[in-house]
Amino acid sequence: MVDVALQGAAASQPPAVSRARVLTRLRVIDTAFHHITRAAAVGVLVVLGGVILSLASGALPALREFGFGFVTEQRWNPVTEKFGALAPIYGTVVTSFIAMAIAVPLGLLITLFLTELCPMWLRRPIGIAIELLAGIPSIIYGIWGLFVFAPFLQRTLQPALIDLFGPIPILSDVFAGPPYGIGMLTAGLILAIMVLPFITSVSRDVFEAVPPVLKEAAYGLGCTTFEVVRYVVLPYTRVGVIGGVMLGLGRALGETMAVTFVIGNAHKISSSVLAPGTTISATIANEFTEAVGDLYTSALIALGLILFVITFIVLAAARYMLLRIERRIG
Amino acid sequence: MTDVSRLPRTSAPTNGAGAIVGLYRRRRLRNQIVIGLSFGATAIGLGWLAIILGTLLWEGASGLSLKVFTEMTPPPGADGGLLNPIVGSVALTGLAICIGTPIGILAGTYMAEYGRFSPITQVVRFINDILLSAPSIVVGLFIYEVMVAPMGHFSGYAGAVALAVLVIPVVVRTTEDMLSLVPKELREAASALGMPRAFVIQRVCYRAARAGIITGVLLAVARISGETAPLLFTALNNQFFGSSLNAPTASLPVVIFQFALSPYHDWQKLAWTGALIITMAVLALSITARALASSRKAS
Repeated sequence: MVDVALQGAAASQPPAVSRARVLTRLRVIDTAFHHITRAAAVGVLVVLGGVILSLASGALPALREFGFGFVTEQRWNPVTEKFGALAPIYGTVVTSFIAMAIAVPLGLLITLFLTELCPMWLRRPIGIAIELLAGIPSIIYGIWGLFVFAPFLQRTLQPALIDLFGPIPILSDVFAGPPYGIGMLTAGLILAIMVLPFITSVSRDVFEAVPPVLKEAAYGLGCTTFEVVRYVVLPYTRVGVIGGVMLGLGRALGETMAVTFVIGNAHKISSSVLAPGTTISATIANEFTEAVGDLYTSALIALGLILFVITFIVLAAARYMLLRIERRIG
Repeated sequence: MTDVSRLPRTSAPTNGAGAIVGLYRRRRLRNQIVIGLSFGATAIGLGWLAIILGTLLWEGASGLSLKVFTEMTPPPGADGGLLNPIVGSVALTGLAICIGTPIGILAGTYMAEYGRFSPITQVVRFINDILLSAPSIVVGLFIYEVMVAPMGHFSGYAGAVALAVLVIPVVVRTTEDMLSLVPKELREAASALGMPRAFVIQRVCYRAARAGIITGVLLAVARISGETAPLLFTALNNQFFGSSLNAPTASLPVVIFQFALSPYHDWQKLAWTGALIITMAVLALSITARALASSRKAS
């Protein structure tokens, strides 16, 4: 290497001197590159620290003003500058819950299809098609949800739900009319489609990592496909599947644009999932640029901080579980 | 499976045979129901993709014309196109990639080469995976706090930095994965020739992992070109060409957001057209990235 480098240099100087010089230069370059790459790696940590610190400092005025009451107060009134985050938190939790309640069984069934039932040559195309759902930008889900999906639900599913559950005491409150089309149920359904590919792709990875011997043994005992998956594959991959579900949950909690289109942006807590509501991210997206006054801006940033902390915890738990299964399989 | 152990073993033969047949029927029925459901679930997933893409083509293609690419966004009621948001999106994405990619590649290099077993790498990998799925609107708030508020105005630069923050985790992840796949014999051979570490990485490992790293960058482009939330309060929007990226800058996703929620029919139509353009671009990018990655795997 040194000699290769020397060939480029003019041979005017005595070889010994330039050889030492080239070696030094190479060593300097090497050390510099080492430090630059390490600085970049540490930079990732700095970004995370920066996000937390800047959000915390931006949220400070609101948190100082309202204290812990910020997360238990429902009122959100920019005119009197009284802000409480309960309605957006409630909306975030409810929409994510609806999304997971639909996406988890759906995702596991698709995984079952892809890993056990689907003919080999179809697995790749169908797997890619499902993952393309994750590639579609969230604003597309939003515009589609607002113009196509919400009117469709308003005409079909929502009146049916209201009629169906009307006579049943508690459920009649959960599905109380009128059918607006937009609302928490619509947002939850759209979120379900959006997180479906995350759940499917993670559980597919862990399903495929199950040693074939285990499955073959179960089939050899006469188990049906369902029994193999239920009693052999799922217990073996449980941690990984839960990790995938948490990953999807993290996405659902923080999703912004799709929800903003169809949630209805009403700062109230309503027992009915058909009613308009709001989520943390939708509130920020809708109101931030129009927020006048430091306290209003600060309250919105405080919402962002709450969202970040919640998703951080969920995603960290997801990663921890996926790490555990990786270690066991690997 | 578990039911088998609960079978009455001591009952009369005819009775036992009947119970076994019944149990067999029940097991088979349950299996068929679940298989049917899983076919149904896959059909729902694929159908949903088809419906979304179909609607986009139906609503967006009718508005697709040359004017979309040559004229500025119109005021309500007038004719116009999407030239300035398209140019704005390309500029923001390009700048974000220029900022984010080098940092991402360098960080990934440290994690796969110099510090493969160091504790920093473990922590960075964990945090990076979390940032990969962190809500993008929070990134928008972060950049608002550190750039827009101190500068006093919205700007294209702030938007590009916000997008760059989203690029970094994607590139870090793929770079680290791809460099880890480079066989160690290559490194050993290069080191045996007397190459310093930095040269081994730059001249051998980067070349071996080039296709994979490019895939990562393409995935990052696909990820950010549809992002709206981080631009809402950084780059904001602009009805015209801004004087520079130092001014508020229009971008396709934000214009779609604004036009779709407007009451004007022709704005909504433009929003659909923009949505079609963005989706096609993003899907083309991610399919290209996939093809690159799988051709590498095959070779």
